[in-house]
Amino acid sequence: MTRYLLPLGIFLLLAAVLAVGLKLNPREVPSPFIDKPAPALDLPQLFDGGARVTGASLKGKVWILNVWASWCLECRREHGLLNDFSRRSNVTLVGLNYKDADADARNWLAELGNPYSVIAVDREGDTGIEWGVYGVPETFVIDKEGMVRYKHIGPVDALVMRDTIEPLVARLESGS
Amino acid sequence: MMRAALWALILVPSLALAAIESREFDDPLTEARYHDLIDKLRCLVCQNQNLADSNAELARDLRDKTYEMITAGKSDEEITDFMVARYGEFVLYEPPFNIHTMLLWLAPALLAGIGAAVFYSLVRRRRDTAAPDVDAADMEKARSLLGNRDA
Repeated sequence: MTRYLLPLGIFLLLAAVLAVGLKLNPREVPSPFIDKPAPALDLPQLFDGGARVTGASLKGKVWILNVWASWCLECRREHGLLNDFSRRSNVTLVGLNYKDADADARNWLAELGNPYSVIAVDREGDTGIEWGVYGVPETFVIDKEGMVRYKHIGPVDALVMRDTIEPLVARLESGS
Repeated sequence: MMRAALWALILVPSLALAAIESREFDDPLTEARYHDLIDKLRCLVCQNQNLADSNAELARDLRDKTYEMITAGKSDEEITDFMVARYGEFVLYEPPFNIHTMLLWLAPALLAGIGAAVFYSLVRRRRDTAAPDVDAADMEKARSLLGNRDA
């Protein structure tokens, strides 16, 4: 009897390990920024030639940084959700226009709507590197102290928005 | 015509390799360091390629960054620390030994140990059971049969 139990046990163990492995997403690289101070942000704005977007000016607020580009197809998929979110919520949604052409970015927003409170332009992608961006779109949630509390890689879907981002933002806002 | 087509076939793959930018270095040592670094850093977009092999835009940006830092006199360690601070330890093709990667590093030795233990116990069991009782007459008969055949 035990002769058969051992191979069966090994099989079950292997099946369990592989099943867990299937569920993992290898593209999801844990961000080293979680619960650490957000990297610097100091960039020109898309819609206001002179003024700059800086991390310092956002201190004391809960804000969301959404990295997007007009060439990014997946960004199109999450854009409706961001539009909805900006209508429902008064959280500052900062757009980081990543390695894009200004004209393309403006056309894109004219077509799909602009959910952003303010848009920073990172034409060379240097700020993207500072923030460890590797797959547009990416979404960061930053608390009042300027700490990164959450990062989502790839398009935000309705579930992530409802179950993760919105509750987190509400919690951070109510906290002192 | 045929010959031209063959040449084209030979040359086309080498174009793919030429995607790596030409860079200028002050000395061969710096150049070697640069190539060593981009070999060891992973491209986050195509995760099974290093920075040196990848044609992804981010890989190119990170190669630029590496080059920029190396020519600014930064050490290898400063550059890898810069990458790890932004992209996590995942950018390192050779993960450092720590609590999370312990299993990864120790698994080969562990598995070899288990294999050796299984092998040892099998050999021992076989040796213990390999001496069946044969009475002297049978033994003598067997020996004479074998001897006859040899002769």
